[in-house]
Amino acid sequence: MSRAGAFLHRRAGVRLALLLSAPLAWLGLAYLGALAALLVTAFHSVDTFTGTLNRTFTWANFLDLATGEVYRTIVLRSVGVALAVTAIDLVVAFPMAFAMAKLAGPRTRRWLVIAVLTPLWASYLVKAYAWRVMLSSGGLLGWGFGLTATVLTLAYLWLPYMILPIYAGLERLPGSLLEAAGDLGARSWQVFRTVVWPLTFPAVIAGSIFTFSLSLGDYIAVKIVGGRSQLIGNVVYDNIGAAGDLPFAAAVATVPVVVMLGYLAAVRRTGALESL
Amino acid sequence: MRRIGSALAAAALALAAACGGTTPTTGAPAPGQSGFVPPRLSAPQALGTGEGQVDLVAWAGYVEDGSNDPKVDWVTPFEQETGCQVNVKVAGTSDEMVALMRTGQYDAVSASGDASLRLIAAGTVAPVNTSLIPNYTDVFDGLKSKPWNSVNGVPYGVPHGRGANLLMWRTDTVRPAPDSWSVVFDPNSPYKGKVTAYDSPIYLADAAVYLMATRPDLGIRSPYALDDRQFQAAVDLLKQQKQVVGEYWSDYTKEIQAFKSGDSVVGTTWQVIVNVAKSERAPVEAVLPKEGATGWSDTWMVAARAAHPNCAYRWLDWIISPTANAQVAEYFGEAPSNAKACAETADPQHCATFHATDEAYFSKVHYWTTPIAQCLDGRTNVTCKDYAAWTRAWTEIKG
Repeated sequence: MSRAGAFLHRRAGVRLALLLSAPLAWLGLAYLGALAALLVTAFHSVDTFTGTLNRTFTWANFLDLATGEVYRTIVLRSVGVALAVTAIDLVVAFPMAFAMAKLAGPRTRRWLVIAVLTPLWASYLVKAYAWRVMLSSGGLLGWGFGLTATVLTLAYLWLPYMILPIYAGLERLPGSLLEAAGDLGARSWQVFRTVVWPLTFPAVIAGSIFTFSLSLGDYIAVKIVGGRSQLIGNVVYDNIGAAGDLPFAAAVATVPVVVMLGYLAAVRRTGALESL
Repeated sequence: MRRIGSALAAAALALAAACGGTTPTTGAPAPGQSGFVPPRLSAPQALGTGEGQVDLVAWAGYVEDGSNDPKVDWVTPFEQETGCQVNVKVAGTSDEMVALMRTGQYDAVSASGDASLRLIAAGTVAPVNTSLIPNYTDVFDGLKSKPWNSVNGVPYGVPHGRGANLLMWRTDTVRPAPDSWSVVFDPNSPYKGKVTAYDSPIYLADAAVYLMATRPDLGIRSPYALDDRQFQAAVDLLKQQKQVVGEYWSDYTKEIQAFKSGDSVVGTTWQVIVNVAKSERAPVEAVLPKEGATGWSDTWMVAARAAHPNCAYRWLDWIISPTANAQVAEYFGEAPSNAKACAETADPQHCATFHATDEAYFSKVHYWTTPIAQCLDGRTNVTCKDYAAWTRAWTEIKG
């Protein structure tokens, strides 16, 4: 045992390799491997009756996807929903996180963190159905179902994922900076605009990546409160679940991947990724 | 083997006829489906001793061992009698069943008609030797050798039970009581925004049933065999219907809640939903509309590579035995398949409520069947839309 220890002590490279091999294997096989399999499957076709896979190369799935007007509508709608959810979460989460990080005392802060985390303990379905009951015509809100209901429900579901990164970002922000800005005569809006926002922007981006990607992939909330509307996730689900058409579902599933890559590229241009 | 051999010969003849382009007008064609030739598989000729366990894929409520409700249990007596321990995997949709059976880890499945043909064509399930299932003789004749459970005269399973997709409405808001699907398809429906429809590609068949009655010029003979023009008419009808639909349902608790709260006041339903909604004091009624309706007739099938075939056959015999069949039909809310089950139900009116012996009622029901490219109504001069086309159309309809 000690020989092995000594060996590892001398060879930093081996040490690093051993340390990283498990997470790298996970990342490489389970994550990138799955993505690659997805991409490959998208070029296959399926015997529509027996559901057996035909592994000859074809562009048909992507052609269907590109030429079908309905898919364009659904993609735009899904991106719109994801953006709306992110915007709502940002507006709600920032003041909340600020109060938690800068205004609350240590005791209150701990309770607030717990309060933010508690909804995560409840099942997704329970929360979605609770919104269904609230939104139904005899319910507390009674606004009815549809796209707005979907946005509201998703905004509620993903709120903790926006609050927590911003809270962490604000906690790292030294209070002395805020005081300094105040001493130099900045009004509160100015302090927010010139000090708080630029320094917490990477945290906001981190939160928005969560809310945006989670909304983009969701298909359950829209089934429960969406009335008659559908999102990208539903198209994927219907093609796997209902038709057993895995290749077409895989082709559809590449759309959110591309949208997310676009989103990350846009974020990268702001420089926020470097300071995450 | 002789039976299978002659059935294969019949299949070859049927295929030859189809390829020749002649329409079979004379002679009695083999009952059941004849649109394709399934892989060559044979049924066992005799049963051995049980393997000690059996792995089933089933709809919720079909295999109850008392763990959901201590009073609902027809699995424990089976286990005691046969020594076969039952392991069940509950599936939520027909498509999940097909996927589960394809893994090869299960012995038997309670397949609906929109799954059974796919399982047969892929060679996932084998023909069933009904002479090894004594209770099969008591099954209603109206359920035997049907296009969703037999191919070219060869049975691929035993009928479990059946039901119709009904039209449900709230009695306090929908007046007069509807007797036609027009109330959910009319673009000027007074219930605009409160209409509900089943969220599945198979719902296209409901539109086709309505078109059979209202657009005879389309010449639809089976709602599951639609050529381009007929299919387009059904798609157009559903796109028009979308304007009055409030929401689509696939989860039955969701529909019960929507009818209780009044978010939905009229739409397609199952008998079991009507019963539960009524028991929760929702003012609802349901009817089989005059145009007829779609419905389901489930079949217990045995996997081609079943690890426990002897226990699987014993299960098939058990689930269609009068007592167990009565219990499951009553618990799930459907018509039993065994004629003798009607004498065993706790509610003596059960078979009447569910029209078990009413063949006139079920003659208006078009059971779910997987649409395939070769038209199921026997036409050979056109191709029909297959299930993948139905799925894409359904996405397009919902927009």
